[in-house]
Amino acid sequence: MLQEWVILLVSLCYLGTLFAIAYYADWRSDRGKSIISNPYIYTLSIAVYCTAWTFYGSVGRAAETGIGFMPIYLGPTLMAALWWFLLRKIIRIAKVYRITSIADFLASRYGKSSLIGGLVTIIAVVGIMPYISLQLKAVSTSYTVMLHYPDLAMIEEHKTSLWNDNAFSVAMIMAAFSILFGTRHIDATERHEGMVAAIAFESMVKLLAFSAAGIFITFIMFDGPVDLFDWAIRYPETSRLMQLEVLPGGYTNWFTLIFLSMMAIMFLPRQFQVLVVENVNEEHVRKAAWLFPLYLLAINIFVLPIAFAGMLMFPEGQVPPDIFVLALPLTEGQDILALFIYLGGLSAATGMVIVATIALSTMVCNDLVMPVLLRMLAIQQVDLSRVLLFIRRSSIVAVLFLGYLYYRLIGESYTLVSMGLVSFAAAAQFSPAILFGVFWKDAGRRAAISGLLAGFLVWFYTLLLPSFARSGWFSVSFLEYGPFGIEQLRPYQLFGLNMFDPVTHSVFWSMLVNVGLLVSVSLLDKQSTMDRIQASLFVDVYRHSGDTHLWKGKAMIIELKDLLARFIGPRQSERAFASYSRSHDIDFSKERQADAELVEFAERLLSGAIGAASARVMISSVVEGEEISPEGVMKIIDETSQVLEYSHQLEEKSIELETATKELQDANRRLKELDRLKDEFVATVSHELRTPLTAVRAFSEILHDNVEMGQEERQKYLDIMVKEAERLTRLINEVLDLAKIESGRADWHMENIDLTEALTEAVAATSQLFIEKSVAIVEMLPSFPIRVFADRDRIIQVVINLLSNAAKFSRREEGIVTVRLYFKDREIRVELVDNGPGIHPDEQLKIFEKFKQITDLRDGKPKGTGLGLAICRRIIQYHNGEIWVESVPGQGSKFIFTLPD
Amino acid sequence: MPMSPIRRKIQRLLVLFAFGCLALNYPLLALFNKITLWHGIPVLYLYLFVFWVLFILFIAIVTESKKLPRSSFPPLFSRKSE
Repeated sequence: MLQEWVILLVSLCYLGTLFAIAYYADWRSDRGKSIISNPYIYTLSIAVYCTAWTFYGSVGRAAETGIGFMPIYLGPTLMAALWWFLLRKIIRIAKVYRITSIADFLASRYGKSSLIGGLVTIIAVVGIMPYISLQLKAVSTSYTVMLHYPDLAMIEEHKTSLWNDNAFSVAMIMAAFSILFGTRHIDATERHEGMVAAIAFESMVKLLAFSAAGIFITFIMFDGPVDLFDWAIRYPETSRLMQLEVLPGGYTNWFTLIFLSMMAIMFLPRQFQVLVVENVNEEHVRKAAWLFPLYLLAINIFVLPIAFAGMLMFPEGQVPPDIFVLALPLTEGQDILALFIYLGGLSAATGMVIVATIALSTMVCNDLVMPVLLRMLAIQQVDLSRVLLFIRRSSIVAVLFLGYLYYRLIGESYTLVSMGLVSFAAAAQFSPAILFGVFWKDAGRRAAISGLLAGFLVWFYTLLLPSFARSGWFSVSFLEYGPFGIEQLRPYQLFGLNMFDPVTHSVFWSMLVNVGLLVSVSLLDKQSTMDRIQASLFVDVYRHSGDTHLWKGKAMIIELKDLLARFIGPRQSERAFASYSRSHDIDFSKERQADAELVEFAERLLSGAIGAASARVMISSVVEGEEISPEGVMKIIDETSQVLEYSHQLEEKSIELETATKELQDANRRLKELDRLKDEFVATVSHELRTPLTAVRAFSEILHDNVEMGQEERQKYLDIMVKEAERLTRLINEVLDLAKIESGRADWHMENIDLTEALTEAVAATSQLFIEKSVAIVEMLPSFPIRVFADRDRIIQVVINLLSNAAKFSRREEGIVTVRLYFKDREIRVELVDNGPGIHPDEQLKIFEKFKQITDLRDGKPKGTGLGLAICRRIIQYHNGEIWVESVPGQGSKFIFTLPD
Repeated sequence: MPMSPIRRKIQRLLVLFAFGCLALNYPLLALFNKITLWHGIPVLYLYLFVFWVLFILFIAIVTESKKLPRSSFPPLFSRKSE
């Protein structure tokens, strides 16, 4: 067993390391070399979601309800799918308007109303109390376990005795820690780089520690998860956990938990802090959207095996499941491993407490205390940066003390997870106001206030109050018979609704009144102008991007600077103004009056320190003359929107024009190409026509000049002339035919024809050619009719053309030509095979082009007009078929064309 | 005009989200609600974890798919802010 001082020393060393990391990160960021500016650190900082609840509570919940722990992590996984546009928009809004917290966000959205800010702050503080007490409980329990295990009785006694209570020391150490972390100085910026770095480190530690525990318990104590499940399924006590029925409330509860965790991942104050306020670059959301769910998966993968291992090792039920993670290695005497796991639990708890208290203290300070303070004019003249720091520090202590109080009053009677769920249900109250607020301009201030307030009250009555009653602080009859015996008001069965478990019941009623009031009051109420301005700025954030100037009046630069100095300290103020003058090329030593942009800049800077509502009040105190009336501002915004809308339309128009231009250019290019082809065609045709014409002319001249030529010779020349003239006619006919087909003027007589019959006719028509050359022709045609929809004459023309080509190229006496008709690939195929010289592969494609004649492989002389196959191809293409040739030189060729069935 | 790539991406994510919500609730979930081992692992656990992995994979595929043009999200400030 480890000595107490070892555990204490290790804990303190660990906390020291955190400080070192935070200090280093701050130091780096001061030099402009941020170490947190990447999506991985961002993801790890979001993992502050996994608190002691995850670390110890998940196993506890798994041991009681099987997969009941999972919705808490599946909800965020589902939500992460929406981050890419939802979270991104919220981040953009927060960055443009320098939002410091979730309260500030809602206050800004609903007309910079300090009432909303205050209300949200109160809900957050009250709502988060159970959650903080959960962390205190976990740390104090785990410390006691480390110290006294396996003496369980001792652990019990330790927990109940007030004087041995280490939860109080834990709370105070954590308070000191948070103060040192988050409120060392009031920054000009609302971000805390050091804290984020430390949180990211903690996320790594807790993941490593939990995985180490998981691997040790699953693979070293047992033979892997399969072995564990094999054990577990044999006993009804453990096998029942493999079903959903063990979950109290069943599918409804399961659904509620998924919904709650979806809201919690975005709208718990600390999650809003790390997701939105501490975000460095909105591009990081893209990677975080899948890396964060991956982290959740990793930290949960061993939960079930550990739960089963614990139940098998401690079947007597003496060891509470919440401490299985520690108890199992301790039973095996693995003190060092247990110490590491204990550190993981510590890191999970401290991470949550630090971020939550810093977020809450900012809210308490900016949205609760400042608005009140600023109303007392006397205070306005003193240096407020110290006052601000004091307020924040006291609120950290106060928040932790409240958490401790809740722990002392309630903590013992609840498990970790059910305490956390109470907080989740509180955080969910913010979701309607935010989600409607960023997408729906008509959501108004009074609607948001009524929704929030009603939702909060219902939550308080149906979930928080009963937790006090159940812990015995007032009579349980309140739960059973309702207040003053009014049964309709029983907190767990409000108005007699008794079909849900307490959490679902509370979430149902609170969300119903929250959303219902928000929507209906928005529709009935008239928005104030300020309200409309902010709504428009938030919903259309991508259009405005923060360059709408809402100040008209003049302010002295020196007064602005003094004002800032009072809140954020003289050095910070000096620095901010210096960098502004550098980036805008304004020399402050010459200028005395601040322009609207500078006033705006100062207001944003101030918002970062004291929140939007207060900043507005302060700035208006130094701006002389008129602030633009809200109506004027609305006009400006509308105009900007219109201009932007107009420019957006222009942009779309110009894109359309560009597309049209491109299409025109393409068409022009095609026309030019066609024109070129036409010229080429005319040139080729003329050339082809000239050859026979020259021959005819030459021979007629010979006949003309030599009158006394012998009859026999004369006959020979006349024969040649007739043949050439015939060739000329054929050529011209073919050119005309092709031109007709290509221009689409050809007459097609499409009808249902019998292809077999057409083929037979074509063969018969060419049989004379074959007989002359003594070439055999083999017909392999079906004996029945094959129906196709085609132009009969054209098909016969194609076949005759192909057959006469085959006859032409076949060797005398030994040539064989085969005509086949068959089906393949849902098409009808006609195939003509000869055993002629074949076609060179280079020419196989070209022969279907115009005037590309087949070079006879035997004598190298072209035969034919060079148009026949081109016409064939056009005809077949018109019939939606294809034509091609397969050939190996020396082994004949095979012409195939297809017609659709 | 074709759908802008940003709207297409948003719609894909919404569909993915809706599909996830369906798959994780009654009645689809009930199909796996039985005490049976499948390759040594209870079917309910196997279903949930496999779903989890696939869902993460799909988020990654959709969000990391081809870069959008710069103008999709206007830049944060038209001028430097501090």
